Amino acid sequence: MAESGVVGMTFSEGAPSVAEKQPTASFWTYTAGLGFALLLTAASFIVAQTGLLWAPGVPAGLAVLAIAQMGVHLVFFLHIGTDAEAANNVLALAFGVLIVALVMAGSLWIMAHLNENMLTPAQMMDMQR
Amino acid sequence: MSAQVGVAQLGAPEPARAGSGAGPAPVRIVVGYGFWIFLLSDIILFSALFATYAVLHDQTAGGPSGHELFELRHAGIETLCLLFSSYTCGLAILAIERRRLWAFYLCGALTLLLGATFLGLELSEFIALVARGAGPSRSAFLSAFFSLVGLHGAHVTVGLLWLIFLVAQTAYRGPLDYVRRRLLCFSLFWHALDIIWVALLTMVYLMGAR
Repeated sequence: MAESGVVGMTFSEGAPSVAEKQPTASFWTYTAGLGFALLLTAASFIVAQTGLLWAPGVPAGLAVLAIAQMGVHLVFFLHIGTDAEAANNVLALAFGVLIVALVMAGSLWIMAHLNENMLTPAQMMDMQR
Repeated sequence: MSAQVGVAQLGAPEPARAGSGAGPAPVRIVVGYGFWIFLLSDIILFSALFATYAVLHDQTAGGPSGHELFELRHAGIETLCLLFSSYTCGLAILAIERRRLWAFYLCGALTLLLGATFLGLELSEFIALVARGAGPSRSAFLSAFFSLVGLHGAHVTVGLLWLIFLVAQTAYRGPLDYVRRRLLCFSLFWHALDIIWVALLTMVYLMGAR
């Protein structure tokens, strides 16, 4: 009876908080995250709206700033860290990033080639003749 | 020890290990991990729409382009709303973990208010676009724009309803373990939405308005 109670406790809701862990985050973690995120957002807007960066490099600069800001959000808000508990989360994240990269790069690559090889309406008329 | 044997006998799923094989991880860790998997699959769903948008953003069919339509000031205010609501959401979680109920309600209300402001701004932008003839049926670019930004907006709407429900539940039941775990999941969801918004702001607004 006592044993089954323990088992039930592991998964049922409203269990007493013996095993519950306090989160390691603090007020300053979130505040630092907010500060970094604000800085990076401001930098993105400055890069996009002024001629600070060499014009053809602006998309790359924006992408770098966006990826940096996503990293800030992951570390300071979602607490994806290096401790042992987070190892599974990091692995899952790595797999997610791989799939997202495949979907994005694959779509762009395939559609760019499709565009290149597409017949113009005039060429299509030629083929029908 | 006995708990672990019991779990195996019952055929219940074994909780994820906390690194060193020191026994089952706390429920909070397992729940967070499961929800993290959901969030990643949600991000993959978004990546399909991001890819669609990236492919179609030039296909304006003679209609208005992003350069003519997007206002960066508007997008900037939306960004600030979402960023600060993410911050207050994190503070709300800290408050509930320390059983400071009034701080939790205050931060929860701020999160709600900022999220609703974001949603209102986005809706007003959509209405203005449709009013000037740049609705989703105008061009492939606008279809992709409305489905991508609209899906994010739908997520924010669901998040706000979820937050209202959870705050009511906290008030009704008190800060019990399972209520706090649900709040943790909500905060993960809300922060993930902010990450998606960063990608959206960069790709759609900042690159599109140039």
